[in-house]
Amino acid sequence: MPAVSKGDGMRGLAVFISDIRNCKSKEAEIKRINKELANIRSKFKGDKALDGYSKKKYVCKLLFIFLLGHDIDFGHMEAVNLLSSNKYTEKQIGYLFISVLVNSNSELIRLINNAIKNDLSSRNPTFMCLALHCIANVGSREMAEAFAGEIPRILVAGDTMDSVKQSAALCLLRLYKTSPDLVMMGEWTSRVVHLLNDQHMIVSSASTDLQDYTYYFVPAPWLSCKLLRLLQCYPPPEDGAVKGRLVECLETILNKAQEPPKSKKVQHSNAKNAILFEAISLIIHYDSEPNLLVRACNQLGQFLQHRETNLRYLALESMCTLASSEFSHEAVKTHIETVINALKTERDVSVRQRAADLLYAMCDRSNAKQIVAEMLSYLETADYSIREEMVLKVAILAEKYAVDYSWYVDTILNLIRIAGDYVSEEVWYRVIQIVINRDDVQGYAAKTVFEALQAPACHENMVKVGGYILGEFGNLIAGDPRSSPLVQFNLLHSKFHLCSVPTRALLLSAYIKFINLFPETKATIQEVLRCDSQIRNSDVELQQRAVEYLKLSSIASTDVLATVLEEMPPFPERESSILAKLKKKKGPGAVSVTELEDNKREGGELNGASERGPEMAAVAASNASTPSPSADLLGIRSAAPIGGALTSAGSLLVDVFSEAAPTASSAAVNDDGFLSAAPSSEDPAAPLSDADELLNKYGGALQNLTLKLPVTINKFFQPTEMTSHDFFQRWKQLSQPQQEAQKIFKANNSMDTEVLKAKMYRLTLRCSKDSVSKRLCDLLAEQF
Amino acid sequence: MLILTFSQMQFMLLFSRQGKLRLQKWYVPLSDKERKKISRDLVQTILARKPKMCSFLEWRDLKIVYKRYASLYFCCAVEDQDNELITLEIIHRYVELLDKYFGSVCELDIIFNFEKAYFILDEFLLGGEPQETSKKNVLKAIEQADLLQEVKLCFHL
Repeated sequence: MPAVSKGDGMRGLAVFISDIRNCKSKEAEIKRINKELANIRSKFKGDKALDGYSKKKYVCKLLFIFLLGHDIDFGHMEAVNLLSSNKYTEKQIGYLFISVLVNSNSELIRLINNAIKNDLSSRNPTFMCLALHCIANVGSREMAEAFAGEIPRILVAGDTMDSVKQSAALCLLRLYKTSPDLVMMGEWTSRVVHLLNDQHMIVSSASTDLQDYTYYFVPAPWLSCKLLRLLQCYPPPEDGAVKGRLVECLETILNKAQEPPKSKKVQHSNAKNAILFEAISLIIHYDSEPNLLVRACNQLGQFLQHRETNLRYLALESMCTLASSEFSHEAVKTHIETVINALKTERDVSVRQRAADLLYAMCDRSNAKQIVAEMLSYLETADYSIREEMVLKVAILAEKYAVDYSWYVDTILNLIRIAGDYVSEEVWYRVIQIVINRDDVQGYAAKTVFEALQAPACHENMVKVGGYILGEFGNLIAGDPRSSPLVQFNLLHSKFHLCSVPTRALLLSAYIKFINLFPETKATIQEVLRCDSQIRNSDVELQQRAVEYLKLSSIASTDVLATVLEEMPPFPERESSILAKLKKKKGPGAVSVTELEDNKREGGELNGASERGPEMAAVAASNASTPSPSADLLGIRSAAPIGGALTSAGSLLVDVFSEAAPTASSAAVNDDGFLSAAPSSEDPAAPLSDADELLNKYGGALQNLTLKLPVTINKFFQPTEMTSHDFFQRWKQLSQPQQEAQKIFKANNSMDTEVLKAKMYRLTLRCSKDSVSKRLCDLLAEQF
Repeated sequence: MLILTFSQMQFMLLFSRQGKLRLQKWYVPLSDKERKKISRDLVQTILARKPKMCSFLEWRDLKIVYKRYASLYFCCAVEDQDNELITLEIIHRYVELLDKYFGSVCELDIIFNFEKAYFILDEFLLGGEPQETSKKNVLKAIEQADLLQEVKLCFHL
């Protein structure tokens, strides 16, 4: 009921508010306000000093006017004056005014801080609280600077009242949050921490009845949540007994969730569930108790189908984090149908969005196709504000889990078709990179893009992708009369005039590539290039391209043209920029959980990735048999997992030794003659096998290597140390006449006759391969 | 460090179904211009939502928790890590306090006694955190403050 306020009336204010409400129009309201402002201004400037009560009333009126939405450019001084009043209510209004109306005038700030300082040292608890409130609520840097030193003192002082201590503690907390560098805890730390625990001291204060802190049959929900939150700041306890009690506690909370409710009121279930969700957050944070994680997942699973939208929303949100834990990932996946259903049927867009996020988080190889399909269909009707993020996510998933790259190409092209405006450059660059790098999908890409371009209204990004791909691989579908070269050209050119400048530039490049690929189109295309709208185009880039391409097509021989317009070489493997873009969008903390999981699975954490280079390489090499979608294009190396900053992805070095350093081992001959990479097992006298055979055996096990030509063969010498006994033993073994070569020659360079006392050299060489001896002998002789 | 991850309510807004702001409490330092912009945008966003929708939404980089009581929307902005359900109950507790104080509170009470609405909120929340979760204690503190006024009023006569 509309009451005239209790306590201090301020009738004038009530009348003023009534007047405003009775105004029939905006103009009338403004008129009334201006009248009042003029009145107040004159009163403030007036000769006789205003009494406290009047000042308070007028400051309050100004506050009201400000809260209506009108700017106030005076009254600050008066408000600050109120701060130094001894009357509580006047002080209160003063504080209210200055905390609502932000003022950066330094003089005012100085005065305010002064007043606050006085109140803090006043020893009057109500005044101290007012001051502490102001500091905590405003929390500006200036205030922190002025008072960060004072507050800890108040907090630990023995004679401070409990209520003031409470305010001081929360105040300190606020200041620490906003200006941590200014709050020097130092000597106060241990005492403050002790007190902070004490702040939630409700039970320790003997006179209080716990009943006061029970909220709709839930005991101390705020305290419980705070404590659970506090625990999330620490790693799980190491002490077994403590950990045991904690786990027991969490289990109890999970058990209680299953109990029938003590009250039908929503406040009861909210309070109860607030604690439950916080407990689940803690369980997720610890990520070490599989039993708890699975139970949490099941509980959330129940909430997914709850009547209350709020609970469904929170369950979806919480499950997102659960999905990244290896213990509960599988449990989360079991709910996929429910989540997909939520995506399709929830009426609240925020809930649908949570469902989409969860699908992204729970995606892995087993369900990627299904999830991407659902996300694509959701995208068709999704809110515009979330489309860009959805596009990035779909692109990431499609690339990550593609086993069949034609599926990947389809997905990206679908993305462009459905949400073309939100497909950023990173996404379509990526699809082109992948198509260029993978031979097996080029024909499919050309065909699909050709079909997509036939749609009457086709997005410009599709034209870009199509133009590029047809320019490179149009020849792969040129055999079919429906996609003959001229048909392809006409299709592209029909979109030309609808496109922006960068797209047109891309198309022009595609046209010159066509001239190279399909000489029969030369005349037609040249005709297009020659026309005024191209070679006299007002855009410099387009003009330049048209002119140069025209010239190139006229004067270059077919060979030169073919060389210039050769097919694009494969792009070097690099980390997907799409992921970087998503991270940037979502903020640094929100790394996709799938990336986190991958890194975890492959043995590296995001932060430690660079240090674990060699280990990663080992793991990567062992994964060679199941090529990951971002596998090295040669198929040999496994690529680095997305998100990890690895220095080297493991390489396999195929070593072919023809001879190795002799050892004292027995003359057991390795039957295939192949000497493995470990030098200890070779046999020096083993005959050299066929090179082909050698390549096929590695470490004793047969391997299939798909190599791209050229393969470079290196030959090199490695010096080795031998005792004279070993040397001459070896020497004797190479006793066949064709294994030795000898040369006697005069020195090319000057000989040190002092040392050598000879005029000529005799060089004798023995080698297992005869031709080598001769050759080496000749070569070495020149060196002397 | 332990303190840094504690919840942070950034602001609380009360507004009518016509979008008129009845109370605005800011717990983060923002310029007047920024406050106006945030209020305007957020009020529009919330008013556009339908009745059966859930009480939470993501807005900019914040989480918004809101609930409508009769003709007034109570709207809090908290940070990403914060507990939504407990924030809903903070709102409810505040409404209970107002209700107890004014006796069946309605929007008009808050219009005509806006400064009291602030004072009551300040007894309950400090820097965005509940400083006293016993309803009894908060009401007692408010009563005491009122007594202070009356005492002074006596002298004024």
